[in-house]
Amino acid sequence: MSTPIKFLTKNFGAYDTSSIGAYMNIGGFSALKKAVNMDPEDICTLLSDAKIKGRGGAEYPLGRKWSQARAVRGENKVVICNADEGETTTFKDRELIKNDPFNLIEAMIIAGFVCGATDGYIYMRAEYACFRPLLLNAIRQAKNYGFLGENILGKGFNFNIHLYSGGGAYVCGEGTALIRSIEGKAGRPRMKPPFIKVSGLFARPTCLNNVESLSLVPHLLVDSETYMHCGCGDSIGTKLISVAGNVNNPGVFEIPFGTTVREIIYELAGGIQHDREIQLIQFGGASGKVADASILDTPYTYEDLRAAGVMVGSGGILVIDKRTSVLDFLRMNQEFFSEESCGQCTPCREGNLHIKIILDKMAAGTATPEDIKTMATIARVMSMSSLCGLGETAQNSLQSAMLKFPEVFDLGGARA
Amino acid sequence: MSEMIHLTINNIPVEVPQGTKIMQAAQTIGIDIPHLCYHEDQRIKAHCRLCSVEVTGKRRLLAACSTEVWEGMDVHTDTQIVRDTQVSILQLMLANHHKDCLSCPRNQNCDLQKLCSRFNILKSHLPSVVKEEPRIETNPAIVRDPSKCIRCGRCIRACKDVQGIAALTYAGRSSDITVTTAFNKPMEQTDCILCGQCSLVCPTGAIVEKDDTQKVLDALQDKNKHVIVQVAPSVRVALGDAFGLEPGAIVTGQMVTALKLLGFDKVFDTNFGADLTIMEEAHEFLHRLEHGGTFPMMTSCSPGWVNYMEKHFPSCIDHLSSAKSPMSMFGAIAKTYYAEKAGLKPAEIVTVSIMPCTAKKFEAARPEMGRDGCRDVDIVLTTRELIKLIKYVGLSIGKLPENDFDSPLGLSSGAGAIFGATGGVMEAALRTVYEKVTGKTLEKLEFMDVRGFDGIKECTVNLPGRDVHIAVAHTLKNARIIMEQVKKGTSPYDFIEIMACPGGCIGGGGQPIGTTNAIRKKRMAALYEIDQNLPIRKSHENPDIQTLYHDFLSEPLSEKAHELLHTHYHKVDKPYSFN
Repeated sequence: MSTPIKFLTKNFGAYDTSSIGAYMNIGGFSALKKAVNMDPEDICTLLSDAKIKGRGGAEYPLGRKWSQARAVRGENKVVICNADEGETTTFKDRELIKNDPFNLIEAMIIAGFVCGATDGYIYMRAEYACFRPLLLNAIRQAKNYGFLGENILGKGFNFNIHLYSGGGAYVCGEGTALIRSIEGKAGRPRMKPPFIKVSGLFARPTCLNNVESLSLVPHLLVDSETYMHCGCGDSIGTKLISVAGNVNNPGVFEIPFGTTVREIIYELAGGIQHDREIQLIQFGGASGKVADASILDTPYTYEDLRAAGVMVGSGGILVIDKRTSVLDFLRMNQEFFSEESCGQCTPCREGNLHIKIILDKMAAGTATPEDIKTMATIARVMSMSSLCGLGETAQNSLQSAMLKFPEVFDLGGARA
Repeated sequence: MSEMIHLTINNIPVEVPQGTKIMQAAQTIGIDIPHLCYHEDQRIKAHCRLCSVEVTGKRRLLAACSTEVWEGMDVHTDTQIVRDTQVSILQLMLANHHKDCLSCPRNQNCDLQKLCSRFNILKSHLPSVVKEEPRIETNPAIVRDPSKCIRCGRCIRACKDVQGIAALTYAGRSSDITVTTAFNKPMEQTDCILCGQCSLVCPTGAIVEKDDTQKVLDALQDKNKHVIVQVAPSVRVALGDAFGLEPGAIVTGQMVTALKLLGFDKVFDTNFGADLTIMEEAHEFLHRLEHGGTFPMMTSCSPGWVNYMEKHFPSCIDHLSSAKSPMSMFGAIAKTYYAEKAGLKPAEIVTVSIMPCTAKKFEAARPEMGRDGCRDVDIVLTTRELIKLIKYVGLSIGKLPENDFDSPLGLSSGAGAIFGATGGVMEAALRTVYEKVTGKTLEKLEFMDVRGFDGIKECTVNLPGRDVHIAVAHTLKNARIIMEQVKKGTSPYDFIEIMACPGGCIGGGGQPIGTTNAIRKKRMAALYEIDQNLPIRKSHENPDIQTLYHDFLSEPLSEKAHELLHTHYHKVDKPYSFN
């Protein structure tokens, strides 16, 4: 039986999210007060010791990222909170914003302090516009209380937070596209270098973090012990996951790393509707890889999932039962990328189009073994040579499905 | 001296300065990494991904155009995944490209075609996904064929980064992404000034000059027409590129022979028109100095620049010289003075202009450039179209004997020759202005301060009684800097030369495909060489110009000169209409 845990979510429901006083009554801003009296490098070390990896999907070590952001020379550095949360089946950041907005604000101020930034931007997806008043209120109150603005907590540290809503493009979750979007340009990724840590938003050094990554920091500063005791192996602590699909109880859950996929799906998410059989599970949103039911007893850790051929990614888990064929799932996923590619680079723009055509041919029963070969080549070329992470990962589901469900792609025998 | 980096490419040791990209490092050992969006004069886009290479230790391929080399880097350009990537990307492009290669204006001069040939792509494995769209031929200068666009973004960069106009941009996303204008308007209805720099960098046939070669071939076959041709100064130093000659090769005499062999009745020189422009423009400047007028005065021979003024700085139109361009002056003289001399009616003469420029096609079509319903310049061909005609009749420029231009509109000075380079018009004008004002012979004809490739050049010329402050700019991005001052009334200059294209006409939008800044500089040097070697180097000393004034125009700025050689430009309404 999995044990429910409340570390990252411990403030959920514990205070009136419209009131900074209520937040402070439960210990709010004590992490910031502690942080400003610490050597920022020690904070990076704390994050590194906790082995926190970026929770947006790229899994970049947070301590290293902040340490690098600190080391970059430059004026007017920027911290961005990536609240675009565009991955399908991923809605954990939504819960963090909705249930604990002040913790996010506090986390951004700490990030600003550590990185030496003067401005923080929250880039929130268009669909979360309903939380704008909540966040704007939190920012205003934090400013009134002196946690934002000039000379914060008397430490000579100046920091302000700006809220920016996206226009609805999936690709704007990609760092450079997100930055262009805030700059008022079309949200299309650009080549790197320059890396955004050196030249990001408005050409300023920029440190970009996911909502969950940031939200962890105040909790960790106050109580690292609890966190360090959770998890297993190198996957320390807890993780917020969102489960969707054909389950009885879809939703967001905080789990200690090491909880098995079976516990997640059959206990937390209440099992499959009408006790149907699992067809496939996709981990990490539309750009994630798929597994069959043999993954159920794998512990949910970075290492174990990777060994099983999938990744934690965005923390989204999509459970598909037998009513949907693997092919139909792939077509649905492909539909998404065929819409959401920015269109700049050739492999992603044209590759997504042709893979869609071949998947449709498969569905119509007109595909040839040659088509399958072509599709596999295009998928590999896309993942190896696309300009940005979207093109790199768009065919994760197809490529993993080709490994896990080879029978779906074996047309030779069937058509001979 | 920058630090040297040691790496290996396909196991060959390479040493290059720090900051070198993989693509250039490979070039030093003779390896050409395929590329399409990369252009040596543009900032790197890394969109096409065709230059992807394998670097040991890297999980993914890296773009050779955008990745700097590092110490110990181990690059492979010939592995299976690299080959698969190159071929797949070309296949993907081909599937979304209108492949009417045999009837494409860029046939045998297309980067995509060359690469497909290089990689021996004999058939396309992928179904065609081209959206059939008609060619957009709504203006006399530039034709767009979106079904041939490979979305490399070169035209966008040329328009935005070189010209500062950004008439072209990406629109849409995913496979619907297109390169288009604001609201998909025809180019002439946007901020576009038809300079054609986009057509010069397009790797395929997606943006091309409007082809008028057939009109010329038809005219040449028409027994009732007397077909004369004039050739712009910059064409003679660019034409050779297409025939395997060194960039900057001077092929004036061979070009004249080619035109005669093509069947033109007379082969004249736009340089003659340039000398005439100097006579009028220099005297206009002196007139403004003596009698008052709008300052700074600005040259008006670059049609892209004139279009820019009309569209982007309409309130400053009065700053433009009223003198027509050399091409249009030539046209006016051809249909009057020359017609009289040759005993022909203007309607019997067909004036063909060979220009380095797409916007000249638009200039020639302006209603004010003609009289009595008869155009001064009937057909304008770009250098590229002339190359096609010369190849059509099977001539090889390098091997042709040399010939002289015909009289009476073929003799020109060195001042006329340098019109083709940025700063050349100003230098030519100053040679005449100086001597007219001082009455003295100008000892040193070279105004070195206005030569060269710098974006904005300045100098001060001491004339009796006053110093004249000069500025010279090329590309409209630089022109904008000058114009913002003019518009605010803070311009420190008296006389300004502006050329729309980089380097001036030698880098014009109608020049041979493959024109780069390095090549522009060689053409520029060639023009100054022509000037250096001519016996007459000042426009007012051109005896045929003197005869023209004596027999026909009387004097600069005369009534007749005004009627034929001057014009007025108009404010163009805001380019956007939301109807």
